[in-house]
Amino acid sequence: MIGLVVAGGASVAVSSVANAEPAVAPHAQQLTAEDGELLFRANCASCHGLEAEGTEAGPSLIGVGAASVDFQVMTGRMPMAFQGPQAEQRDPQFTQEQSDAMGEYIAALAPGPDVPDEQWLDISQVDDEGIARGGELFRINCAMCHNVAGAGGALTEGKWAPHLRDIDPVHVYEAMLTGPQNMPVFNDANISPEQKREIIAYLNYLDENPSVGGFDLGSLGPVSEGLFIWIFGLGGLVAVSVWLTSRPN
Amino acid sequence: MTATATRPSLTAKASNYLDERTSISTLVATLGRKVFPDHWSFMLGEIILYSFVAILLSGTFLTFFFEPSMTEVHYDGSYVPLKGVAMSAAYASALDLSFDVRGGLLMRQLHHWAALLFIAAIGLHMLRVFFTGAFRKPREINWVVGFILFILALAEGFTGYSLPDDLLSGNGLAIINGMVKGIPIVGTWISYLLFGGVFPGDDIVPRLFVLHIMLLPALVIAFIGIHMVLLVVNKHTQFAGPGKTNDNVVGAPIMPLFAAKAGSFFFIVFGVLVAIASTFTILPLWEYGPYDPSPVSAGTQPDWYIGFADGALRLMPGWETEIFNWTISWNILVPIAVLGLFIVIVMIYPFIEQWITGDEREHHIAERPRNNPTRTAIGAAGVWFYAIMWAAASSDLIATHFRLNVFHVTYALQAMLIVGTVVVYWLTKRIALGLQKKDREILLHGYESGRIVRRPGGEYIEVHQPLDEYEAWKLKAYESYAPVMVRPNAKGRITPATHLRAALTRWFFEDRVSPVTPRELEIAKRHDDH
Repeated sequence: MIGLVVAGGASVAVSSVANAEPAVAPHAQQLTAEDGELLFRANCASCHGLEAEGTEAGPSLIGVGAASVDFQVMTGRMPMAFQGPQAEQRDPQFTQEQSDAMGEYIAALAPGPDVPDEQWLDISQVDDEGIARGGELFRINCAMCHNVAGAGGALTEGKWAPHLRDIDPVHVYEAMLTGPQNMPVFNDANISPEQKREIIAYLNYLDENPSVGGFDLGSLGPVSEGLFIWIFGLGGLVAVSVWLTSRPN
Repeated sequence: MTATATRPSLTAKASNYLDERTSISTLVATLGRKVFPDHWSFMLGEIILYSFVAILLSGTFLTFFFEPSMTEVHYDGSYVPLKGVAMSAAYASALDLSFDVRGGLLMRQLHHWAALLFIAAIGLHMLRVFFTGAFRKPREINWVVGFILFILALAEGFTGYSLPDDLLSGNGLAIINGMVKGIPIVGTWISYLLFGGVFPGDDIVPRLFVLHIMLLPALVIAFIGIHMVLLVVNKHTQFAGPGKTNDNVVGAPIMPLFAAKAGSFFFIVFGVLVAIASTFTILPLWEYGPYDPSPVSAGTQPDWYIGFADGALRLMPGWETEIFNWTISWNILVPIAVLGLFIVIVMIYPFIEQWITGDEREHHIAERPRNNPTRTAIGAAGVWFYAIMWAAASSDLIATHFRLNVFHVTYALQAMLIVGTVVVYWLTKRIALGLQKKDREILLHGYESGRIVRRPGGEYIEVHQPLDEYEAWKLKAYESYAPVMVRPNAKGRITPATHLRAALTRWFFEDRVSPVTPRELEIAKRHDDH
């Protein structure tokens, strides 16, 4: 079966992967680093090189670690939808097992950040003060690109910082750990695993407690508020004044 | 029956008592007969007034609970993600207003939404006055008074925006600090004076609070008073129509009809504002966190009315020159100069136009914008110029929402600011002239009725229907100007000012469509008859 996948994947068209995927999943419960290597060669090597050494089209993956693979593959950023200023998100193209197998293969090439332990994702261990600390860390380290409410924002040259609403905690953690795309790396010396967990808990709080003051207009701040008052506030009142001064014809 | 009829009623006695002591009847008689023309655009000023009442009432409520102090406290209220965080007393009390004071969040949102509406309505009202030429003699002074009100409203808005001491307001102050420091030589000292030391210091919130709740509102109320008195003295303008002349005002008197309409409009405005404030959040300041000079959030914008200034800063290329170790920040100075000039020109525009046209007459008829193409074109270009700067303040959101490169957005807006303003001027003028020509044609030859008639000879013609008198009046009642001739003054000299003025009136009135003369109408009518 895997052989079939490899044969089919000689062309790296993503569609072939998607087709092959159901064929692999039921049979291969435990995938190994070798399976990961084959998957990598079939789906990633055209840009990242046969030995993950990188080409002109994509960076070297030696030493990026399993955390990076899990983030990029399982958020649907890799394989890349198309070459652009930044990888777009789409539905993940692999199962978790396949992604883990590729992660194992990449991690075997050279040491790199590993997928986080369950305990660092368990936000039930964070108390109220911890959530508050997480908010503070978020405002200092993250808000300048991702916006205080996690609504996202613009970066240079057509790149952007994505929104952070309803993101799987493991992907938030891995993003901080590996610094995907334009994001800086926040390693454990910079933001400790406990602090990362607090940031995740804060984001979770925002997800679970929607806007208390009414509709949030996209959490975009004064721009959407200004548009709203001009269009609906003033627009509505002008309509009323037209009505008040109208005469029956 | 007869006995009760002769005895004065309680109301009569009460009003007589009052009148004998205050002579209020004169005032009531004058004001009660003040006439309001029936046109929706005359109601814009009322939206301003009523939203101001909403601001005053909700603002008074807020002052009961807001603590204008930058003393450091540790938050201990209901909002979990800020528990124990160090912040200023001002921010903590704003949070308490939102979470722990009953009705506080509604009042805060009402205050903020009403402020946005207040300034938006001022903008629209000013555009109405500008484009209908309602600022002409005798209303030039009221235009200036109104313009000062607009600037005061901006100041009110900005000081209010800065009070809660959240991250957004602190970022706004940081920009002001940067702009002040960009002024050569004195900038740093002014900044120290303003913030009571190094930015942000701990003086700015109490200082802005005093301005926001005392000085500025007092000035706003005083200027609204002057504006209203002048409005009564000058009377309303009105659009031309049969029976509506330069010497009368046709419409509803305050008592009783207009008072009823205006009274209900007050409740509608207030109701709309409360409805918005209770369903849409504005400035969720708990998300922003306390101000701290290090973090800056993506998507940090001022409220909409300061957007044009933020946009001007964003559009200006980052030019700087260094002279003897002094840095001259053109990226700050040029926008300040351009905006200052823009504001002054708008404020004194009635006097500029009067000097150019040499028109000393009183005008009580509101002009249709097309009938003064150059002014309309200037206005449209000004609106465009302002709107582009305004849009530039949201360049980052334009980029993310339309998937564009934020640099390209900036370049495009820069081009639109400079080239677009000229294009809009030219286009508007041409469109206004075209509309005038169309009016003229309709007046002389009637409108196209859509009825096609075949003549005995086989020729097809469309029958043109003449306008009725009522409609025709609207089209023919306007004044046209001709350029001022260059003439020597009393000393027989032609001064440079005369030349300048002649050139400017040529610019204003060289391209024009003159109104239809009675003779032309007569000829056209005879033509129609056979």
